[in-house]
Amino acid sequence: MGPTKPKERGLEAVDILLNLLCWALMLSGSFFVIVGAFGTYRFPDFWSRLHAASITDSAGVILLLIGMGVYSGLTLITFKLLVIGLFMFITGPTSTHAIANAALVSGLRPPKLNNKTLDDDGPRKPSDTL
Amino acid sequence: MFSITSTAMFIAMLLVLIRLIKGPTLYDRVLAVNSFGTHTVLLIGVMGFLNGRPDFLDIALLYALINFVGTIAILKFFRYRAIGDAMWAPPNPKNED
Repeated sequence: MGPTKPKERGLEAVDILLNLLCWALMLSGSFFVIVGAFGTYRFPDFWSRLHAASITDSAGVILLLIGMGVYSGLTLITFKLLVIGLFMFITGPTSTHAIANAALVSGLRPPKLNNKTLDDDGPRKPSDTL
Repeated sequence: MFSITSTAMFIAMLLVLIRLIKGPTLYDRVLAVNSFGTHTVLLIGVMGFLNGRPDFLDIALLYALINFVGTIAILKFFRYRAIGDAMWAPPNPKNED
């Protein structure tokens, strides 16, 4: 029993470290998700809301998926999480860019922007509905 | 750990849903729908881990796919007022008034 005891203790220490890492990743991911959603709810302007929603898309998704992957170890679950992460890593900025481009094309402009810098036919107020 | 995260996800989804109902412009609503879909993907994964059976990640991946395609389809529809018509061509931007 003597020689096996340090090995078990080492394994336990690794487990505790992985658990702590998982806690830290999940809690920081939850923080970023809450911050992004609160910004989406609270910010005054469409463009600032876009910025706030991008926090959830980047930091929240990455931290939460890595946290779940650390929790599940090296299994098929981790591979699925990796596939989801890769897909959302590509499509999140793409859809954000598509929304921003559609809003810009439709004439929505940030308030307080110097309108001479963009050749358009007048800005719209952000409170205007389409 | 996962209960805290899922509570945070629920609060975040509630806030995004309020923005979706309240959003003054169309693009605020599309942004809120997209963000809600991202939250849904994460919530499905976290709820699977919370129940101790994380076998629903395929469904989360499916939600991610449908979310992306749906966002692009909504934006395309409101830009051109058509999705994939048979004799459809993008209008020439120089002829637009």
